[in-house]
Amino acid sequence: MTPSTLTRHMTAWAQATPMAAVFFFFFLVPLALVVMVSFWDYNDYEMIPTFSGRGYTETFEGCLTRLPEMCTMFKTYAKTLKLAALVWALTLLIGFTVAWFLAFHVRSKTWQIALSLVCTIPFWTSNVIRMIAWIPLLGRNGLINQGLLGLGLVDRPVEWLLFSEFSVVLALVHLFTFFMVIPIFNSMIRIDRSLIEAARDAGASGWQTLWHVVVPLSKPGIVIGSIFVLTIVMGDFVTVGVMGGQQIASAGKVVQTHLDALQFPVAAANAVILLGVTLIIIATLSKLVDVRKEL
Amino acid sequence: MDEGRPRSFYLLATVFGAYVLFLYGPMIAIFVLSFQGPDGGLTFPMNGVSLAWFEKLWAGTGIVDIGAAFLRSLKLGAVVMILTVVISVLAGLAFRRRFPGSAALFYVAVASLIVPSIVTSLGIALEFRLIDDIVKHLAESRGWTHVAATYTTAMGLFTSGLGAHLTWTLPFGLLIMFAIFNRFDPRYEEAARDLGATRWQTFRYVVLPIILPSVIGIGLFGFTLSWDEIARSSQAIGSVNTLPLDLQGLTTTVTTPDIYALGTVTSAVSFLVIGLALHTIRAIGARRDRHGTDAGHGV
Repeated sequence: MTPSTLTRHMTAWAQATPMAAVFFFFFLVPLALVVMVSFWDYNDYEMIPTFSGRGYTETFEGCLTRLPEMCTMFKTYAKTLKLAALVWALTLLIGFTVAWFLAFHVRSKTWQIALSLVCTIPFWTSNVIRMIAWIPLLGRNGLINQGLLGLGLVDRPVEWLLFSEFSVVLALVHLFTFFMVIPIFNSMIRIDRSLIEAARDAGASGWQTLWHVVVPLSKPGIVIGSIFVLTIVMGDFVTVGVMGGQQIASAGKVVQTHLDALQFPVAAANAVILLGVTLIIIATLSKLVDVRKEL
Repeated sequence: MDEGRPRSFYLLATVFGAYVLFLYGPMIAIFVLSFQGPDGGLTFPMNGVSLAWFEKLWAGTGIVDIGAAFLRSLKLGAVVMILTVVISVLAGLAFRRRFPGSAALFYVAVASLIVPSIVTSLGIALEFRLIDDIVKHLAESRGWTHVAATYTTAMGLFTSGLGAHLTWTLPFGLLIMFAIFNRFDPRYEEAARDLGATRWQTFRYVVLPIILPSVIGIGLFGFTLSWDEIARSSQAIGSVNTLPLDLQGLTTTVTTPDIYALGTVTSAVSFLVIGLALHTIRAIGARRDRHGTDAGHGV
């Protein structure tokens, strides 16, 4: 290392230190503590710092003995994965279509920026408000039920519109499609337009061009968007809580419920399991693309 | 290719229109309903038009002390915004060249973004409980009676709460900085250096003006992400609540339109901040064009 590279590294370290410090104190240490406490013992009112697997054994209680029937834990994860898969499929479909329109069909740069902003602005407003905004539409006396009753399609209000799995999926799609649109748009905007023309000249139909040229080249954006959406849904407890009327269990909600009861080791054990499942999903997805090259 | 639009354009434009309606429709519904008459309920039809629910909100009757939560969120948002901008820009500068540890820091930032918020929040809560225990233990064993008698917790809005918010805003800030410097033309700096500018002058008079619009964007992300944050704050905010946390608590108990009025006010703040940021970015662009430099337009 020459003295000048050393100086350069020193400068870089000095510049990166504040960020590194924040992540160290508020992310890495807390994460380590979660893992540590998940192996602590506990009683009804406090945690006891001795090694114990109780947090995990109680979480998985009955999971092996009661087979083939599913224990609570497996049921919760099955439901969370189902929610995640549904939301992922819907956000991908909508997000890809919207990004495709913005990137390939809006020709003026000004319109492209304006329409992207239209999609981005709700992201900068409150999520809870965007959730409760569904109440006047989906509630028992909401617009949809009023419409259905008025048209004579149903003779009493439809109950599953709000505080149900339906409303949870709807709200999650509503909130997080943005996370698909932006990375996919970012990938699409870099596709060389001459490739599309070449496909057309070679006789490809619109669909063939889309499927064999646009989709493969948008893959990095699709993967990044999928990582975002899947991890958010896996850990979500706010949307599931508010839109599910606090009645639906999900992987994130279980952690929160244990925390409300101040059962830290069990909550930590559940958090570690959630983290593990999330990391497996990410590891699988990120095999498909180098994230850092795509910025 | 310029003559006529393909049929797919109209199909996709319709889908896009429907998506925008899906995005904004429900929000518009609650903005309208917040002007519900005094006897109106949570759903349509409107039972007269009034400001009754805003007055109720302003007077602080009905719901918990919203005014205090509002101010707390505003202050926290401002602090988070400033720190996010400063820390992200500094780190962004560091990341322009590879340095020992850069890859690790990058992966930690990405991890902070995608590790479920509840896990981070729980960790911070545990960390601060541990700090509290250590402080109390020390105070007792060393005989610091004053500390032992008055100390309650280190957890609070501007300690654990601030840290929790930064773990969420900084990754966005860093990613935006990457996007900026990936498109940055280093020849501007070389020119400045050739003309004898110091490193600070180069940054202050060349680099910063070019990246300023995006830096304002980072500030916008910093404030709005903090202003709406729930998941990470939930366990780590201490004894007082921020506005979105109160709002979340209210969803299960409130049955009158004052919650919509609160929603309208909160969104108004968001829109104000977004408007200000976008306006500033435009103003910088306009100023730049007026002064006839091609900086920031690429080459």
